[in-house]
Amino acid sequence: MSLSAPQLKKNGFIMTNQAVTDTSKQTSTALGPPLWLLAELTYDCPLHCPYCSNPTQLSEAKNELTTEQWCQVFSQAREMGAVQLGFSGGEPLLRKDLEVLVKYARELGFYTNLITSGIGLTEKRIARLKEAGLDHIQISFQGADPELNDAIAGRGNAYQQKFNMAKSVKAQGYPMVLNFVLSKQNLEQIEDIMRLSCELEADYVELATAQYYGWAYQNRDHLLPTRQQLVEAERLVNEFRDEQQDKGPHFIFVTPDYFETRPKACMNGWATTFLTVTPDGSALPCHSAKMLPLTFPNVKDKSISDIWQQDFSFDYFRGDDWMPQPCKGCDEKEKDFGGCRCQAFMMTGDMHKTDPVCSKSEDHYLIQQAIASATNPTKPIVKRVNQSAMKRAKDTSLDIARIKI
Amino acid sequence: MTTATVSSNISPTMTPSLNAMFRFQWEKAQNCFVLLFPEGMVKLNGGAGEIMQLIDGEKNLQQITDTLHTKFPDAGDLTTDVNEFISTAIEKKWLYHD
Repeated sequence: MSLSAPQLKKNGFIMTNQAVTDTSKQTSTALGPPLWLLAELTYDCPLHCPYCSNPTQLSEAKNELTTEQWCQVFSQAREMGAVQLGFSGGEPLLRKDLEVLVKYARELGFYTNLITSGIGLTEKRIARLKEAGLDHIQISFQGADPELNDAIAGRGNAYQQKFNMAKSVKAQGYPMVLNFVLSKQNLEQIEDIMRLSCELEADYVELATAQYYGWAYQNRDHLLPTRQQLVEAERLVNEFRDEQQDKGPHFIFVTPDYFETRPKACMNGWATTFLTVTPDGSALPCHSAKMLPLTFPNVKDKSISDIWQQDFSFDYFRGDDWMPQPCKGCDEKEKDFGGCRCQAFMMTGDMHKTDPVCSKSEDHYLIQQAIASATNPTKPIVKRVNQSAMKRAKDTSLDIARIKI
Repeated sequence: MTTATVSSNISPTMTPSLNAMFRFQWEKAQNCFVLLFPEGMVKLNGGAGEIMQLIDGEKNLQQITDTLHTKFPDAGDLTTDVNEFISTAIEKKWLYHD
């Protein structure tokens, strides 16, 4: 799982500039289309990253949507105006019909993004995907060298595979994004990470500190860096950028919201822009939302337009009628929409509450406790298990933090 | 394209071409031309869309301006508009030039 965060990328989904008409900042009165469709093709994954934001209760592969069902989802979403399509997971390469799905989506006019660990990729498959019309490949790395990368990924030779495939992705003419999920396990490698990104000729590089959902929430004490570590990392990134002089990859540094005093504008606002479809067909306004005490629709039962325009769960947190204080009376509610509903639910038990990241929240102390607790982890780290391994695995604990740091 | 300054290296004989990082297409739902790139989209206004449609890696700026003039005879001299957009687009790395 390479996607680290249920939040907007810092490079922004919609850009504004002089050559551009006013961007469609969607308001609660005029509901736009789900511009961004994330297709989580499978939860199965060859890696075991402890920062994974997938749900810790993974569904069975036998419930996965079929090729035809996915194609129907793509057609319906595209008809509404969806334009970006991410193939994600788990590891989307494990779906043997990936090329078919890419071809179908590309012919509909989607910009097709493959979000992969790189495991399972071959030069031939990169070529076949290109032929199918794939526009862009994003590869995740866990570290800047084989030792740390493979320890975090929980798989030998992962680094070398990723390295070789990144080379091939560029050689075959794709735009390439590299994604590094940063935590205290790898933050000290930040300079090596940037050098590696240059060597691999990445176009964009996401230096994204882990967001604490799913497995990452369980492992937070092992992942969450100190403020000092972050300040130092950001300084190094800025220094590196200055030396780049407009050459090489574009680095995007995403700080964790735990160190902010205002919450992130999660998903650009609930059900305004993003639509996630999970392997079994659940439609969600973000890929963590399944944890919330709401009943989400399934694409097997309802069309995408019904889901987007009519479904109770999608409408639930739109606008600001649902907001309690201090959000309701806050003059910044248009900026951050009260923050992340999943974070509010995970930390306070009430999905309506102000995101505890906000310093105005009565629950803000929970964030401060989490930061303090991360300086001295007491529970062992839990490695993400995949479906096939889950049936066999007995002991999934492995204190990999000791290996390197 | 109001405040863009035209950089001095814009010349009528320059031939711009689209950076392979971007895909240019009409989006019905947005009612405009867009540039698509990894996980992002730039919505182009009418003028920018008209210019971008003519960028094929073969026409130079003079030819692009002439073609637009033929298409929009009432619009007057479009040289400044074209140059400003091209200048912005190069700065944004949407376009390369020879």
